[in-house]
Amino acid sequence: MNWTWFHRLASPPSFFRFAQRLAPWLGGLGLLLLVACWFGGLVLAPADYQQKDAFRIIYVHVPAAAVSLTLYVAMAVCGAITLIWRMKLAECVLIAIAPVGASFTALALITGMLWGKPMWGAYWVWDARLTAELVLLFLYLGVVGLNGAFDDARAAARACGLLAIVGAVNVPIVHFSVDWWNSLHQGATILKFGKPNISADMAWPLYCGLLGTYLWCAAAVLRRTQNELLLRERGTRWVRELGTELDGAADVS
Amino acid sequence: MSAEFWGMGGYAVYVWGSFGAALVIYLWNVVAPHRRRRAILNRIAEAQGEE
Repeated sequence: MNWTWFHRLASPPSFFRFAQRLAPWLGGLGLLLLVACWFGGLVLAPADYQQKDAFRIIYVHVPAAAVSLTLYVAMAVCGAITLIWRMKLAECVLIAIAPVGASFTALALITGMLWGKPMWGAYWVWDARLTAELVLLFLYLGVVGLNGAFDDARAAARACGLLAIVGAVNVPIVHFSVDWWNSLHQGATILKFGKPNISADMAWPLYCGLLGTYLWCAAAVLRRTQNELLLRERGTRWVRELGTELDGAADVS
Repeated sequence: MSAEFWGMGGYAVYVWGSFGAALVIYLWNVVAPHRRRRAILNRIAEAQGEE
């Protein structure tokens, strides 16, 4: 197989331009889907027969929780590539994912608490699913903090890569916690084998929300990766040339 | 929009609290990288000016 295209794309200036073109499309399509999700979820979907209107929290809680796990897996894969092949782009993506993942993990926890209070009677219980998701937040924040503790960006990325890989053991624990232990948290509604346990008029906004949130996160990761590339390559010619080009367009971009 | 819609069947605090928090997080993920880019570009421009 010919890998030339891959090496070309992975070079910092090529990837920067690639991300510059792709990010607005991902963000724009994500926004459309999210608007559809929120309108469908808040206005069109009927109230649940058991949970009444409180079930609508699902439209922000489930997408946030889903991306929190997927982003962590992506971060750990970047960590492995960083440690094995010392690939600069993987280092940048690894560092870029951490704050995005942390923000959506926090959102999953906040919305979960706001859902737990009316349904379970408590904002927080030391349940397997909740505790593992909290550990996930600390792992993301650990990567952010560790990255900030180093002066050398490449050494920082290697340390973060190691933490990301070790922490990946937590991902299956979060996902399967509701099956492995007695949990207050309900089992999987959609992300499971067989027929989803949700009616179609409630389901379609959730699918829009899931896809929209994935696209939104992808755009955020691309933007943050661009920032990392700019910062690391600030002494090079392509950044100087790009810097003057983007500086003039900074207000419109 | 009706009072019934905003009332959310008595769960207004929880539903709107969740969607409000979501709005903040989604927007932050656009605003924060954008501001950081501007800061980095300014730094690069300053460094070039000093040469």
